[in-house]
Amino acid sequence: MAPYQTRFGSIDNFEKGRVEPINDDVRNYAFSNCFEIAKNSKPYEKVVFGQNMEYVLETIRAEGNSDWYTCAHDEFALCMDGEVEIHLVELKNVPLSHSEGKEGAVLIEGEPEGQRMGWVKLGRGHQGMLPAGSAYQFRSNRPSVIILQTCKGELSIERWEEICQTV
Amino acid sequence: MSNAHGYNHFTLGHFSFSRDEYFAHINWTTLDERPMSHTMDVGNFLRALMRDVAWGFFYGWVNFDEVIGTVNHYGTVELYAGSFNGSMKDAGVDRMESFSTDDIRQLFEKMLADWTNEEFDPFAAPQETGSPYGPKCGSNIPAITRARELASRCVGLQGDLALRTDEGGSPINRAFADVPQDAPEVHPEPGFEDQVHAFNLFAFLSRSQVTWNPSFTSVVKNSFMCPTTEEHILPIIHGNDRVEWFFQMCDEIHWNSDHKETGQPLARVIMKAGDMAAMPAYCRHRGYSPKRSMLLVWENGDPDLVNDIKEGKAPQVPVSF
Repeated sequence: MAPYQTRFGSIDNFEKGRVEPINDDVRNYAFSNCFEIAKNSKPYEKVVFGQNMEYVLETIRAEGNSDWYTCAHDEFALCMDGEVEIHLVELKNVPLSHSEGKEGAVLIEGEPEGQRMGWVKLGRGHQGMLPAGSAYQFRSNRPSVIILQTCKGELSIERWEEICQTV
Repeated sequence: MSNAHGYNHFTLGHFSFSRDEYFAHINWTTLDERPMSHTMDVGNFLRALMRDVAWGFFYGWVNFDEVIGTVNHYGTVELYAGSFNGSMKDAGVDRMESFSTDDIRQLFEKMLADWTNEEFDPFAAPQETGSPYGPKCGSNIPAITRARELASRCVGLQGDLALRTDEGGSPINRAFADVPQDAPEVHPEPGFEDQVHAFNLFAFLSRSQVTWNPSFTSVVKNSFMCPTTEEHILPIIHGNDRVEWFFQMCDEIHWNSDHKETGQPLARVIMKAGDMAAMPAYCRHRGYSPKRSMLLVWENGDPDLVNDIKEGKAPQVPVSF
């Protein structure tokens, strides 16, 4: 008997499923695929592909070095393909966005000021924590795919018509 | 008092429950006092009952099948027969009755304990457990009283939900023997060991001992990542009271989506690795997983959402575009 083969996807090799409507609007299922989204995205665009009130899941194509970001609440990055480093800095000064309670990630202009906290390197299936209030930067040598658990913020991009099955 | 097969009989309001060697029998009287009955394969009944008990009646509707089930009103629970079956409802043979959550939970727990024999684990995949059938033969209390595994911030952090290991009683499942068990590189500077954190989620899931039973692995405010491993058939037909999101992380699951009130088919959703889909709040859904797979169930646990649902303010669809 053949052993089980677990099938993961990748940005270069994925098979997308589908909604088969019987008596419903396929748009109401917001059906998309993270690898397809990443394939069609620019590096570090934060493309919302799941939204539940203020909460979102975003697909990010990681490629090269990202800008530096910070967020008032925890976020979590799940690597679905490739390899991604996350570098963390404890910010010397609390950004205004944090004291205002702004949700979602915000950009930091230039290099963050503060003490280096360390870094993690994620492979497929690894999940890393982006602690509340820290600054973080993604680094990846090749196109990789991150799923970010966060809240909708000013950097979140919504392009549902493009990413979802519509007919 | 037990019956000829050794099982106890249970009564709750106008409903009664009994089992024999193969079947669970549910009886009720209609509002005009007509006797009605329903029969389920006892293995399927116990798998559904297990989820209802373990999940505290979950969000919204837990349909055991197309006839019986529960609706959670968060403090009270409605038990019904035929109320969400178009034909039975039209015929007036349905029945629905409200109970305090404690009352119905205690009865369900007793029934589950009495009807589950020692070799049957209702949380396990059918290939990984013994038979639910036959006369009363012992019990399996450890299997039916497993605590849900709930991280408060993230799996693997000090003081939070621990990683799964062989030593902790979580060997790698046969269907995930090829899932890499490598750990991410973690390089904290001194003093930041509790903040610089990562773990292998897929390895964690490969060691799940149960099916169709989500854990919490990371939490952002009230946004809960609830991954789970799925094999065979979802033992309930879930009618959520809010939009529910699914992210298929490996392999595939085929979903049936039916109308929550009538059971009329609405759509099929075929999900493969990397696919994301939402189940609208007006549907009830059941998944079929040909091989054990990893599914991320993403839930919004905001307690205020319950009020929005009661007032009809919660959205029925995930997003409008």
